[in-house]
Amino acid sequence: MSLTPEIKLELLRKMLRARLFEEKIVAVYAAQDMKTPVHLYLGQEAVAAGVSQHLNADDYMFSTHRNHGHALCKGADMKPLAAELYGRAAGCAKGKGGSMHFVDVSKGCLGTSAIVGGSIPLAAGAALAIKQKGQAGRLAVTYFGDGASDEGVLQETLNFAALHRLPVLFACENNFYATNSPQKARHAEGLICKRAEAFGIPGVLVDGNDAEAVYGAAGKAVEHIRAGQGPYFLEFRTYRWKGHVGPDCDWEQGCRPKEEYFEWVKRCPVESYINKLTADGVLKGTALAQLKAGIADEIAEAWAFAKAAPYPAAEELFTDVY
Amino acid sequence: MPWTKVLIDQQDLEAAQKAGLRNISYRAALLEAQRQLLRSRPEVYLIGEGIDDAGGVFGSTAGLAAEFGPSRVMDTPIAENGLTGIAAGSAMCGLRPIFIHMRMDFLPMCLDQIANHAAKWRYMTGGAVTCPLVIRSIIGRGWGSAAQHSQALHGLFTHFAGLKVAVPATPYDAKGLLAAAVNDGNPVMFCEHRWLYDFKGYVPEEAYEVPFGKAVVRKEGSDVTIVAVSLMVYEAVKAARELEAEGISVEVIDPRTIKPLDLAAILASVKKTGRLVVADAGNLMTGISAEIAAQVAEKGFEYLKAPVLRVGLPDTPTPASPALEADFYPGVEDIKRAARRLAGGKA
Repeated sequence: MSLTPEIKLELLRKMLRARLFEEKIVAVYAAQDMKTPVHLYLGQEAVAAGVSQHLNADDYMFSTHRNHGHALCKGADMKPLAAELYGRAAGCAKGKGGSMHFVDVSKGCLGTSAIVGGSIPLAAGAALAIKQKGQAGRLAVTYFGDGASDEGVLQETLNFAALHRLPVLFACENNFYATNSPQKARHAEGLICKRAEAFGIPGVLVDGNDAEAVYGAAGKAVEHIRAGQGPYFLEFRTYRWKGHVGPDCDWEQGCRPKEEYFEWVKRCPVESYINKLTADGVLKGTALAQLKAGIADEIAEAWAFAKAAPYPAAEELFTDVY
Repeated sequence: MPWTKVLIDQQDLEAAQKAGLRNISYRAALLEAQRQLLRSRPEVYLIGEGIDDAGGVFGSTAGLAAEFGPSRVMDTPIAENGLTGIAAGSAMCGLRPIFIHMRMDFLPMCLDQIANHAAKWRYMTGGAVTCPLVIRSIIGRGWGSAAQHSQALHGLFTHFAGLKVAVPATPYDAKGLLAAAVNDGNPVMFCEHRWLYDFKGYVPEEAYEVPFGKAVVRKEGSDVTIVAVSLMVYEAVKAARELEAEGISVEVIDPRTIKPLDLAAILASVKKTGRLVVADAGNLMTGISAEIAAQVAEKGFEYLKAPVLRVGLPDTPTPASPALEADFYPGVEDIKRAARRLAGGKA
C-alpha cells in the first residue's frame, strides 16, 4: 500500500501524541496527585496509530485498561482525558472512570473495560447495532491483549461475529505478557491469529512495532469489513515497556529478562519511524521539532486545564446511575 | 381496583370474568408486551438461546419469530457471557435488547458482563454511554428440577449498583413492568417465577407501563404486614384469607420491583400493623428478605411491636425428591405460622 507523505506524517503525529502524553504521566506520577492506577501503552503506539488512521469518528472503539493510546489515536480531546486522570469534574467521565476508563463519544470511543476480555463482546454488540440499523460501511473495533485471548468470551464472540458477519475488527495486541505471565507459559500454540481462522475469520499476524506494516494490514482489514464481508482479526506483535501497571520498568524487579526488554526498546516504533522518515526525506529540517512542540503545547494546555478544574461535587456520587 | 387484584382460585377467576374483565395468563401477558414493544419500537429485539423454538420459552415468545423474523427474534449459540456482552454493546449503540434465559441458573455464567459491564457502564463513563439492556429470566421451582434448574437469584442482583430488579407477580404487572423495563434506559433484571406462568389476571389490551419502585397493597389488614415477593404474593394472600377466619387481619404488600424498593409503602403498613413478615421466593441468607428486614429495622424500629420474621428458602441447594422439596419450599402454612407467632400477643 503506497503511503503519501501526509499519511506518514500523520502516523508519526498520532504515535508522538500517545507517546508524549504518557511520558508526561511518567514524569509527574511520583507527585502522587494523579490518584489512579496507570497502565501505560509506551512501546505499543504503532498499533493504535496504524489502525486509527483508517477509522472515522463514527466508527465505534472499545478498549481496555491500557487505553490511553487507543483513545488519543482515535482523536479523543486531550483535555478531558488529563482531567480524568486527576479525578476532576471536567474529566471525560466526570472523574468517575479514571485512567482505566477513557471515553469520548464524539470520537466513537464508547468506553473501556478493566476486566480482561470484557469489552470484546461489547464491540461485537456495537457491530450488531450497526448491522441492525443498516448503517453499512460503519464498523466497530475492539483492542485487547494476548492475555484476553485466553478468555472464553473471545471465542464466544468470534463465533457469533462470524455467524452474523458483523462489521467488527478484532485488534489483538500481543505484547507477550499477561501481567507478568509470559505467553510461552500460557499458550501451546503461539499464533493467536490462528484461532480466528478456526471460526472462519481471516486472521493475520502483523509487526506491531512497524507503523506502516500496521497501517497496511489494518487497511486491508477495514476494507474487508466495510465491504460487508464480516469480521477480521489482526494479531500485532509488540512490546510494553513499562510494568503491567505504574510508571516503572518491571525488568528491574526481575519480571522480564533485561536483554529482551532492551532488544524491544531498540525497535522503538516511534524512533524507528522517525529514522525512516528522515532517511526517506519525508521529515525535513525542523519538522520533527515543530511536531513535538505542537504536541508539547497541547499537553501543557491539557495539564493546566486538568489541574485548574474543580473536583466533582459531593452529589455527583449519586448521578449517572439509575 | 382490577389491576391490584390477585386471582387465587376458580371462584376469583369466575367473579372477574363475570365483571367483564379481560383475563389472560402471565405468559400471554409477557407475549403481548413483547409483541407490542416489537411493533412500536424498531430498536427492540429479543435475543436468547432457543427463543424461536416451537415452545417459545414456556410460551412467552411463541409465534414472535414468525411474525418479526430472525433479526428481531434472534436465536443464539449457548454462550451466555459473550452474548450478554453483545446484547449490552448493542444497547450502548441505540438498540433495546431483551435477552431471555429459560432459567436464572444460567445467569452466573454471564455475571461478568452483567455485573462488571452492563451495570457499571453508565457510571464509569460519567453518563456518556448508557446500557438499556433487559434480561428476562425464569426463577423458581419445577418438578424435581434440583439445584441447577430452580434458583431464584433475584436478591443477588440487587447487590450490584447500576441494576434494577423487577419481580412481577401478576399478569398485569408482568406486561406493564416489562414495557417499563425496556423504556427505562438502565439495565434491568426481569425475574419471572415459573409457577406464575399459568396464573390469570386482568390485563388491558392496550400498551401501558407499571412504574418501578411502586409497591401495591394486595390485601388490606391491621394486625400483621406481609411483604411478599413474586410467587409468595399468592401464598401470602391465601394465608391472609385463612388467617382472617382466626381473627388475624393481615395486610399483604407486593413491592413489584425490589430495586428500586418502595420502602415508604412498607413502612406505612408496618406503622399501622406493628408486625412484619417478609416472604420471599429466594434464599433467606443475604436475600432480599434480609435487606427488607434490615431497612425496616433501621427506618421503622419504633413501629415494631415484635421482631421481624422471614419466610424463604433454607441455606441448601434445591433437592430433587418431592419428599425433600416439600420441606425445602415454604408456602401458605409457613406464612400463617409466622403471622400467628407475631399476632399471638396482639393487644
